[in-house]
Amino acid sequence: MIHQFKNNGFAFVVDTASGAVHSVDDVAYDVIALYGDHDEDGIVRQITEKYGIDGDEVKECLADVRELVDRGLLFSEDEFRDLPPKNGKSTVKALCLHVAHTCNLNCEYCFASQGKYNKSASRGKPALMSFEVGRQAIDFLIENSPGRRNLEVDFFGGEPLMNWEVVKEIVAYARSVEKEAGKNFRFTLTTNGVLLDDEVTDFLNREMHNVVLSLDGRREVHDRFRKTYAGEGSYDTVVPKFQRFVGRRGGRGYYVRGTFTHLNTDFLEDIKHMASLGFRELSMEPVVCAPGDPYALTEEDLPVLFEQYDALAAEMLRREREGDPITFYHYMLDLAEGPCIYKRIAGCGSGFEYMAVTPWGELFPCHQFVNDPSYSLGNVWDGVTNPELTEKFRASNVYSHPECENCWAKFYCSGGCAANSYHATGSIDGVYEYGCRLFRHRMECAIMLNAARAEAPAEAAAEAAEEKE
Amino acid sequence: MKRIKTLVTRDLKKSAKCGGCGECQTSCQSACKTSCGVANQKCENKNK
Repeated sequence: MIHQFKNNGFAFVVDTASGAVHSVDDVAYDVIALYGDHDEDGIVRQITEKYGIDGDEVKECLADVRELVDRGLLFSEDEFRDLPPKNGKSTVKALCLHVAHTCNLNCEYCFASQGKYNKSASRGKPALMSFEVGRQAIDFLIENSPGRRNLEVDFFGGEPLMNWEVVKEIVAYARSVEKEAGKNFRFTLTTNGVLLDDEVTDFLNREMHNVVLSLDGRREVHDRFRKTYAGEGSYDTVVPKFQRFVGRRGGRGYYVRGTFTHLNTDFLEDIKHMASLGFRELSMEPVVCAPGDPYALTEEDLPVLFEQYDALAAEMLRREREGDPITFYHYMLDLAEGPCIYKRIAGCGSGFEYMAVTPWGELFPCHQFVNDPSYSLGNVWDGVTNPELTEKFRASNVYSHPECENCWAKFYCSGGCAANSYHATGSIDGVYEYGCRLFRHRMECAIMLNAARAEAPAEAAAEAAEEKE
Repeated sequence: MKRIKTLVTRDLKKSAKCGGCGECQTSCQSACKTSCGVANQKCENKNK
């Protein structure tokens, strides 16, 4: 399977199964489009008529295409369907610790219902995780991760800084046991910033591999949803704190992460605003909500969103040329050193490699399933007591979604988010088509950025040579 | 090739032989938390 697209003056052919990406001119683009369905004479005739070039030039291009086909870099077959899994044993390597099922903001669009995750009447009450539960979660992770060195623990909520002492205690405990256990803990934390002070900042900058800072962009956009319980916007409270935090981060990983909705489909303006505040590591996510919500993204929004993604990629190139680059999470596509095919098939690992832990120690496949009674996996003391559910998630991969069969981007996304699929279709093996369309467009932009960056040094050298002359 | 430039990409078939160590980051942990993609994850396999 191949996929052809044009973006920002570039034309591309992606070969799905091999992962090969070809940057082509218009002639090659059309030759490849005709290849397979037309004989050589037919292709030569159509191309010479369209471009007014010599037939021999078309034949030369056709020979190049055949060479790529022979080398398995065009129209290659997907041979990974029956790839036997490696590390087939049950191995958990990442936990999302819900240290606080409560929040000091009252954001209307929160998928976690202000941290309470009230998916049923008997659950969904505010709660804080005790250190004992957190310690047991660390022990559970160590015991269930044979053969893995790197373990990830994300402090999540609600607002995790509302249970700050326990966060520190859990980190200290994990650090005290990691060496002997042969593990390397990587901590991350997601915060709304309200409680970010210098003590918290210094601790996070010392201990956290990555910190996610929630900011939606422009003041009016941020304050539309991210309000206090008194109904006041939080922008003025959190922005100075985030700036101070990032200023003291010392180059370590962080993301300023926003959510865009139907009400700010011009989200590039929010990204530019974040950059104007001095932030450089940026992420902007489409809102997750019920389709009927007034801020839910609509079909009519899609063309606008595509334009915004294109404009963002162009803006990033402009900034790179001017020596002031920004990073956008979804455009971080490392074509040469990206993940192996096993990762590309298996996906995010929710429900078997990755689990969420509630304040009272209950395990769920991920943070988006928390408090859904039919998705309870077990608890941190007894481990997984619902192994059928774990196996269901393990079996949910890029090949278990019929819609992914003919998707060119399947090895970039690995079948998508199980929670999004579940919420959109009622099955973790369904697909959230709207998200797929956004994802595919983002990947096109990310591929374009790779090609443009590869050309930039050559262009710069040519410009320098011209100036010398 | 005059009209086709092939970008440097990881050979997925080759990665079937040496991949699968599982040391890479869980994709949802890094920044998104509400969507999924694996292509932007770094490979941490030292023996590839």
